[in-house]
Amino acid sequence: MAEVLVYVDHVDGAVRKPTLELLTLARRIGEPVAVALGNGAGDTAAALAEHGAVKVLTHEASEYADYLVVPKVDALQAAVEAVPASAVLVPSSAEGKEIAARLALRIGSGIITDAVDLEAGDEGPVATQSVFAASFTTKSRVSKGTPVITVKPNSAAVEAAPAAGTVSELNVTFGGLATGTKVTGRTPRESTGRPELTEAAIVVSGGRGVNGSENFALIEALADSLGAAVGASRAAVDAGWYPHTNQVGQTGKSVSPQLYIASGISGAIQHRAGMQTSKTIVAINKDAEAPIFDLVDYGVVGDLFDVVPQLTEGIRIRKG
Amino acid sequence: MSLRIVVPVKYVPDATGDRHFADDLTVDRDDVDGLLSELDEYAVEQALQISEDRQEAGDDVEITVLTVGPEDAKDALRKALSMGADKAVHVEDDDLHGTDAIGTSLVLAKAIEKAGYDLVISGMASTDGTMGVMPALLAERLGVPQMTLLSEVTVEDDIVKGRRDGDTASEQLEAQLPAIVSVTDQSGETRYPSFKGIMAAKKKPVTSWGLSELEIDTEKVGHEGACTKVDAVAELPARTAGTILKDDGEGGKQLAAFLAERKFI
Ligand SMILES: Cc1cc2nc3c(=O)[nH]c(=O)nc-3n(C[C@H](O)[C@H](O)[C@H](O)COP(=O)(O)OP(=O)(O)OC[C@H]3O[C@@H](n4cnc5c(N)ncnc54)[C@H](O)[C@@H]3O)c2cc1C
Ligand SMILES: Cc1cc2nc3c(=O)[nH]c(=O)nc-3n(C[C@H](O)[C@H](O)[C@H](O)COP(=O)(O)OP(=O)(O)OC[C@H]3O[C@@H](n4cnc5c(N)ncnc54)[C@H](O)[C@@H]3O)c2cc1C
Repeated sequence: MAEVLVYVDHVDGAVRKPTLELLTLARRIGEPVAVALGNGAGDTAAALAEHGAVKVLTHEASEYADYLVVPKVDALQAAVEAVPASAVLVPSSAEGKEIAARLALRIGSGIITDAVDLEAGDEGPVATQSVFAASFTTKSRVSKGTPVITVKPNSAAVEAAPAAGTVSELNVTFGGLATGTKVTGRTPRESTGRPELTEAAIVVSGGRGVNGSENFALIEALADSLGAAVGASRAAVDAGWYPHTNQVGQTGKSVSPQLYIASGISGAIQHRAGMQTSKTIVAINKDAEAPIFDLVDYGVVGDLFDVVPQLTEGIRIRKG
Repeated sequence: MSLRIVVPVKYVPDATGDRHFADDLTVDRDDVDGLLSELDEYAVEQALQISEDRQEAGDDVEITVLTVGPEDAKDALRKALSMGADKAVHVEDDDLHGTDAIGTSLVLAKAIEKAGYDLVISGMASTDGTMGVMPALLAERLGVPQMTLLSEVTVEDDIVKGRRDGDTASEQLEAQLPAIVSVTDQSGETRYPSFKGIMAAKKKPVTSWGLSELEIDTEKVGHEGACTKVDAVAELPARTAGTILKDDGEGGKQLAAFLAERKFI
């Protein structure tokens, strides 16, 4: 069976969930060969093998942290040259898309970004994309070169499928462009202890209706009762009530959880673009005409300051 | 010192309109109003701010806005000119219909080279394709540093500096010109064109180039040159209306019951 390269997104050796999902999708079109780069690359092997990687190619070098994007492209290109792969899959993070695009250009291939599903086809892998704020789906494929496809988080369920996961070191030579953009400082984001927004099974979001940063405690309490991530609309972010990293929508994160709960959010097209593929949508809004109600499985027309605390309490009681 | 800034801007179908696809599975651009992709206004804004700063320091700055698109795409250029850009380039050619990202990057790169540049500033993503790959592709093609997704950008002498806010960390970046940067909607409010700006824009030069002026083979672009193929497009059925109830004091409890029934609790 043909080999499929899977780019590994990890933090110091801890593999992020979208990569495990990619391994599941990769098995539909071939045998996954994982490529892990940078600090802790070697530590990823066990998790990757557990989820189906037949081989794990690793390379550690300070260039991956000290310079932007290009060193990773050099390494992935080295992997493409070392492995006769039939496709390259990369998680659809901002950086993942950039790495994938530059790789595709270098190897004379096309690129498809933000796939939400992937299956084998007669003429290579077929990607499903969800476009125009999730009002259409398209099926497309790369028609020239080795397909390079980026896949959104939550596009497949993670499945364990133990494989050999034989580790070998990748031979990488950095090109002249690799050191073009220097990272001169890095401030790590503080962990909130809540699930990662794009990976969470449940997302609880607040908008302008939350009316103040102090009131976001209500949204956080609801999120914590469900083990959910917290999201925010751009209006709430622009007002300074919640960090931009939690913004859901076109210029924020795109989420696709099992359950999305929007409180005090009207449902503007740019917000919908980031959450419309959620499986179940719930909204609390005091305006019965708010466009968000067009999308919901369950909506409550009411004041979030009444409904949200009662809901949180109701969940706590049921959970005992 | 002189600084030549090129801002690629995309003309896109209005997201609040009824966007759909034409029979050949490309975006229907005829039956829906187009406009300058809102995220490119942030790129124009940062170009203007850098220009104002550098001119104050005694430098010579020129901002060129560039679009690849059909005839109507001139509207996007006019908007950018009325915000304050100095001149515009429109790449227009019937053979461009159906061009994908790889092909678009070829055309943009050739046009940027022909226009002359020290700094390219683009948006973080278009509001239609939303791939967010064009700046990286341009950097690869032009062989210059990429400094993308900046929420803050400054130019000092021939060094461009910026801040990139990622998922796990916020990074300070630095590169030597010539370089390509892209800016996010966190980079700063955009200005509205003034009446004076709108009047002045009418007199600013708009140069048109076809593929032959850029010495690009027609086989490298359009449907023929595309490295990707769309096989099918389907409109999603509107979500079926769910249960909507008015809170009578029990709304939160009823919602909890719904979540329990769906096994979320
Ligand atoms: C290029 C571009 C990109 C954008 N990207 C994004 C993006 O990524 N994400 C995003 O969210 N937006 C984005 N926007 C902004 C978007 O257009 C809307 O302005 C934004 O989503 C509105 O946020 P909101 O729903 O919180 O606020 P509003 O639209 O003001 O809605 C607030 C809602 O709260 C309700 N409400 C008020 N008080 C209460 C109460 N006590 N109880 C219950 N309900 C209450 C109101 O009835 C109203 O429906 C973008 C815009 C542009 C132009
Ligand atoms: C719904 C949809 C899905 C698509 N999916 C794919 C795909 O998977 N693979 C593929 O190869 N193509 C795809 N395309 C085609 C692709 O959108 C175009 O080739 C496009 O010009 C480049 O991609 P983008 O608009 O997404 O650019 P982005 O990379 O999102 O744009 C970033 C910046 O590049 C600049 N820019 C982009 N296009 C232009 C332009 N024409 N003129 C001037 N500046 C520009 C702007 O500054 C913009 O802010 C898709 C198009 C649509 C409408």
